Amino acid sequence: MSTIAPAKIVLHGRKVVGGCAEGEALVTRETISGWGGIDPMTGTVIETHHELRGVSFKDKVLVFPGAKGSSGWSAAFHLARIANAAPKAMVFNVMTTKIALGAVVMRAPSVTDFDRDPLTVIETGDWVKVDGDLGIVEIIKKAI
Amino acid sequence: MLDGAEGPARQKAMDLLIRYGEALGAESFVDVANIAGVPGSSTLFLQNYYRKHGGGSFEDVFSRFDLDSDETVPFPQVGGNCCHLQGGMDPELWAEQGMSRKAFEHQQQDEAEVSRHGIQVLKTCTPYLAGNMPAFGEHCAWMESSAVVFCNSVVGGRTNTEGRESTSAAMLTGKIPDWGFHREEHRHGTHLIQVDVPVESVMDWGMLGYFIGDAVQENIPVIAGQIGQPDLIRHKHFGAAAASSGGVEMYHVVGITPEAPSLAAALGSKKPQATIHYGPAERRRVYESLNSNGRDANVDYVMLGCPHASIEQIGEAARLLAGKKIRNGSSLWMFTSRAVKSVADLNGYTKTIRDAGGLVMTDTCSAIGRMLPKGTKVVALDSAKQVHYLPAIMGIEAWFGSTEDCIQAALTGRWCGVLK
Repeated sequence: MSTIAPAKIVLHGRKVVGGCAEGEALVTRETISGWGGIDPMTGTVIETHHELRGVSFKDKVLVFPGAKGSSGWSAAFHLARIANAAPKAMVFNVMTTKIALGAVVMRAPSVTDFDRDPLTVIETGDWVKVDGDLGIVEIIKKAI
Repeated sequence: MLDGAEGPARQKAMDLLIRYGEALGAESFVDVANIAGVPGSSTLFLQNYYRKHGGGSFEDVFSRFDLDSDETVPFPQVGGNCCHLQGGMDPELWAEQGMSRKAFEHQQQDEAEVSRHGIQVLKTCTPYLAGNMPAFGEHCAWMESSAVVFCNSVVGGRTNTEGRESTSAAMLTGKIPDWGFHREEHRHGTHLIQVDVPVESVMDWGMLGYFIGDAVQENIPVIAGQIGQPDLIRHKHFGAAAASSGGVEMYHVVGITPEAPSLAAALGSKKPQATIHYGPAERRRVYESLNSNGRDANVDYVMLGCPHASIEQIGEAARLLAGKKIRNGSSLWMFTSRAVKSVADLNGYTKTIRDAGGLVMTDTCSAIGRMLPKGTKVVALDSAKQVHYLPAIMGIEAWFGSTEDCIQAALTGRWCGVLK
């Protein structure tokens, strides 16, 4: 049986928060609420109609359009960091004050403003390396 | 400030604001003297955590959480007009809310610290009803999404949706990143909402807001069509709903809100990215979506006052409850600010509601305080925002309707709301 090296894809964007981290991707096409939308103690999405309801982003690389909802976004994700339930890194499309402040206080390497839409490239389960300082995101597709 | 010449707390605050400004891609700061946040407040979890990691005092929590500092720094007096938004419990009815004396005493200590450092203790999500009304064009740094959207849209003040850490840092520095809604070019509408069904009642304004938030997410809607003149309550419910189902921080109503004298002005003379219609079918779908958590028609709790009730709303509730009795085993809690409650006391509304078996409470709400009357399984709500959050946070069923539908449910114990 022959093995095929997994394809590596590289995306270029802008630094939001520096540092490097890697992990398994958790991808959603829906924006995420912080306060009232997640349980910071477990990193689980609790919003009633959300496609990730019941799913935890703890230690994942969270790939999503961006933040919505309460101004408690940063405090909720800050609390998740303290409870060791935060994502390892964040990759997102739409800049808002909520997500900028949240990424800063989460101290999670984060990148935005990409040359290609990460939501069309990254799927849940892919292995993703985020270099916040260089604004580079490397994706190794999961084996099919 | 960054060099520490104005003390270590302002140094930490400036460092945090610079990291935040870089994350946003902002190039400079704007001066702010009107700041609304929740400085230093802490849950039991946070206190216990920091007790194990450097200390659990107010100053420890403020330094390490609010300023994202790895060390505790002395907390100086704040500058400008700073206020504390909603808190965790009623200062008198905390036991009814299921809070422990220990938690209450801790809350009292936090409040004394807030006050001692020059921050007004408004304890509400509606600071504009309790003593902090910005002026047109005033740059602010506000938390609380429903207050932010009110500030930008109804008043013409200028604020982004700030967070706890950025507002606390702004209280010390008087600076916030010059980004987003502080800038004229970012305040124009992006999406046109054509309303094709009459929107008059508070309930209808709430539903329209919930629809628009979901439809435009964090964009800026311009509303035109079959709408009546909204009063303060309608703006409050509309904005709160739009900021919950999406991330709406500003909207324009053509001919009504201050930065929308005409459609062209509201859109900044640009073409809207999209035109979205709201008609009878959309209205029906929003109503059904807001009631999708309701199955059991036996209602044991009615919560009013999200966002915190205005004096007019408390008066309306008092009129609907006067001389009547809430069904045995049901509860009705109505939330407001301390400032508004003092007027409700004077007008006799608080007593009328209490005589009927309901309670007027301040500072918090069921979602913020995570508190329900004992044994609550099904709640009735007149706020689309509260429907969005409370069932998810507390794991209960919820019905959505008009204030009258909700009060009827409190009197009979049954949900009979329908879309008229």
